[in-house]
Amino acid sequence: MSDAQKYWQANIRLVIGCLVIWFVVSFGCGILFAEQLNSIRILGGYPLGFWFAQQGSIYTFVVLIFFYAWRMNQLDRKFNVDED
Amino acid sequence: MTNLQLWTYCVVGATFALYIFIAIKARASTTGEFYVAGKGVHPVLNGMATGADWMSAASFISMAGLIAFKGYDASVYLMGWTGGYCLLAMLLAPYLRKYGKFTVPEFIGDRFYSQTARVVAVICLIVASLTYVIGQMKGIGVAFSRFLEIPFNYGLFLGMGIVFIYAVLGGMKGVTYTQIAQYCVLIFAYTVPAIFISLQLTGVALPQLGLGSTMADGSGVFLLDKLDKTLLDLGFNAYTTQKGSTLNMFLLTLSLMIGTAGLPHVITRFFTVPKVRDARSSAGWALVFIAILYTTAPAVGAMARLNLIHTIQADSIAPDTSQNLQIDALPAWFTNWEKTGLLKHEDKNGDGRIQYVGKNFTGTDTNGNVVLNEMTKVDRDIMVLANPEIANLPNWVIALVAAGGIAAALSTAAGLLLAISSAISHDIVKGIIAKDIDDKTELMAGRIAMAGAIVVAGYLGLNPPGFAAQVVALAFGLAASSIFPALMMGIFAKRVNNIGAVCGMLAGLGSTLVYIFWFKGWFFIPGTAMAADTASNWVLGISPGSFGAVGALINFVIALSVSSVTAPPPEHIQHLVEDIRVPMGSGSAVDH
Repeated sequence: MSDAQKYWQANIRLVIGCLVIWFVVSFGCGILFAEQLNSIRILGGYPLGFWFAQQGSIYTFVVLIFFYAWRMNQLDRKFNVDED
Repeated sequence: MTNLQLWTYCVVGATFALYIFIAIKARASTTGEFYVAGKGVHPVLNGMATGADWMSAASFISMAGLIAFKGYDASVYLMGWTGGYCLLAMLLAPYLRKYGKFTVPEFIGDRFYSQTARVVAVICLIVASLTYVIGQMKGIGVAFSRFLEIPFNYGLFLGMGIVFIYAVLGGMKGVTYTQIAQYCVLIFAYTVPAIFISLQLTGVALPQLGLGSTMADGSGVFLLDKLDKTLLDLGFNAYTTQKGSTLNMFLLTLSLMIGTAGLPHVITRFFTVPKVRDARSSAGWALVFIAILYTTAPAVGAMARLNLIHTIQADSIAPDTSQNLQIDALPAWFTNWEKTGLLKHEDKNGDGRIQYVGKNFTGTDTNGNVVLNEMTKVDRDIMVLANPEIANLPNWVIALVAAGGIAAALSTAAGLLLAISSAISHDIVKGIIAKDIDDKTELMAGRIAMAGAIVVAGYLGLNPPGFAAQVVALAFGLAASSIFPALMMGIFAKRVNNIGAVCGMLAGLGSTLVYIFWFKGWFFIPGTAMAADTASNWVLGISPGSFGAVGALINFVIALSVSSVTAPPPEHIQHLVEDIRVPMGSGSAVDH
């Protein structure tokens, strides 16, 4: 496999990994399993499912994007395709 | 002039002076500056500008109210309008930045080597952006007419005039720097009242933590528990639990996410940063700046709802209503907002006090009659607009809310107008009608298109078509079902060819339009709906606003299957896709 193919494959793996988490915190914890999670309380009086839907998923999205950007910059350098 | 009006004139006047100052400083002299600010915007600043570009009058004025009245069910908007940035950051922004051209339709036209694809993209872009801009124009007019007591029309003209100055002169460059200023104004205006109210109710300054805290009244009860109990006692729906169907929540969230990632005025913002890696981090910064408002909004919604109920309806419920708000002693904000029609009351039982109860309320008064709700109208916008007044906050805070609402509306309007005028001057004039015009002529065409777009938007703001309230579903539906899938396949599916892409876009677009029109009326003309817009009529319970995700799926399936049975894209297109997949060499793409 060429370097370009390896780079692209590593990229796709990273994106899929990030999007799995993206899906779990929003659609999973925030919608599908929100009712079950609501029996757990966090940060004081937040029911957990409600917290994921109105707060937690958004914080996770922010972290995910920065993590993705950081990992991609590493990959760019590793495969010598960065801009400098 | 009252003290409040004086404050409002000062604060709004100062922000306007700032916007005009920026307009004079940041003029565009080339098409590169007019369309993409010369690709020299710092990623953090671009994130801030994207925040203002994205957060509209609806985010600023209406969203907290939507949450206040829908509770948990409104989470779809919070997740939907933020989760899209993950898709944008990981699937679109860096690659489109690498491609290095000026507009979204231009990429679609080049990648699918098809003028038809480009024209379809232009039409989607213009319809989505124009419908979206009507709401901003309305927001500007409302903010002016309520806070400055200037007639709606004058407020609108003033807003248009300001946008005209910086958008026509500066294009993307002027818009970017004013959006940065507007972000600062709107986020300050949003968070200051929120901090005040959180302190009042819970004693915790940070609204994001206040929402999970106990009440400051010493009862030790959590705010959310208190809200749930109060609402249930008064016959409203509970706050923290789900009311709507799970499938519909799921699809609406997904549609809003895909639609967010596919809205051209947001995507274009990522063309303005210097490097591919800046496009990635800039999306993260954009979401940081958006998240500050989006995580505050749930606190504002819950706290404002509690405040409003407690102001009108004392804790004690029927038959004892002796603590309720007296009609001959209504607070000033109440009568002020009644004038605007956003609040209405009616003393149905003639006791001289207002009872504010939900439709499930069955309690009776001393005469044995069921207590009726006497707040006949509580518009959701009141939750942000009147919130500082309900909570007795100082006048300068109320003045800030006016300036913030106007900033939110202006910044989004400018971004949308820029997307429209770029599509006209670059994709239609330069791309199709007059291919050999020089840079100067194209820049002039861009300015004329911008001026024209402002006039059209202003006209639509003054004479809003009856369907103005329905257009959000339309804008997101179009972006989700046509633009996002086309862009994503353009990058990730090398095999998708011109015929496949065009068929896919038309199928996604067509199915979504038909589904929306079926329940909302053809072209939103009243009386032409094929079925009543109720959950029992929807296919599998999918609401018209949630259909964008299904439209996107149809687009993907059609495009991939049509492409697989037709000729693969020519060699140079395959090379183009390989080239945009690596960041290296993005600098050379700048000179285009």
